Amino acid sequence: MNVTVKYFAVCHEMLDRSEEEMELPDGATVNTILKRLEEEWPEIAEFYEVMQMSVNWEYATENTELAEGDEVALIPPVTGGCDV
Amino acid sequence: MFKIISEVITGEEVREAAEGPDAGAVVLFLGTVRNNTGGRPVKCLEYEAYPLMAEKKMAEIAQEISDKWGLDRVAMVHRVGKLEIGEVSVAVAVASPHRKDGFEACQYAMDRLKQIVPIWKREVWADGEAEWVKPDAVFFDAPKPHKTASQID
Repeated sequence: MNVTVKYFAVCHEMLDRSEEEMELPDGATVNTILKRLEEEWPEIAEFYEVMQMSVNWEYATENTELAEGDEVALIPPVTGGCDV
Repeated sequence: MFKIISEVITGEEVREAAEGPDAGAVVLFLGTVRNNTGGRPVKCLEYEAYPLMAEKKMAEIAQEISDKWGLDRVAMVHRVGKLEIGEVSVAVAVASPHRKDGFEACQYAMDRLKQIVPIWKREVWADGEAEWVKPDAVFFDAPKPHKTASQID
């Protein structure tokens, strides 16, 4: 199956791209993507503790199963608004 | 109205979206760009968002406010891109029959926005350095990956 993976903020910088298409085996989960990214850049695993994932614009877990055409995103800690 | 925009926010857009004849109060919150963080001079801020998900999460916050206070007149807008000192980054308006609920719900909306809405802030310091902010600390600019995508087997 093919999914779109989006990277924002610090993830965008770390991976030097904002999104990509990924071909995944049947039965793939969010974790399949995390492992694949870790192969490219092992240090990204340190960020996984504070990062969240989304699938089709909803927060997901690493066990969330993926389907053809899903849009997945790495969500670093959110910091919108203002500090008041 | 739940929107991520790149244009200037005045506050009027959310006030107009929230107000109505059954409202006795409109609480309007504007978040603005401060010239320092913890005393360190800030030159400007850069905001990035995941627009579709951010707008979806804003709508969910409005639903939570409806469930908690019975208020259905909530509007939120957040700006992205480069913002100068004093410019408005976020505006929230809550209209309510009475002010107490409006104040509480507006505070709640901002608290939740900072928890669940996928928006990120990068501080550009006056000395030229820049870093992504995280809630209780700062992500230092990340080093580049050891390998580029084209080098992966």
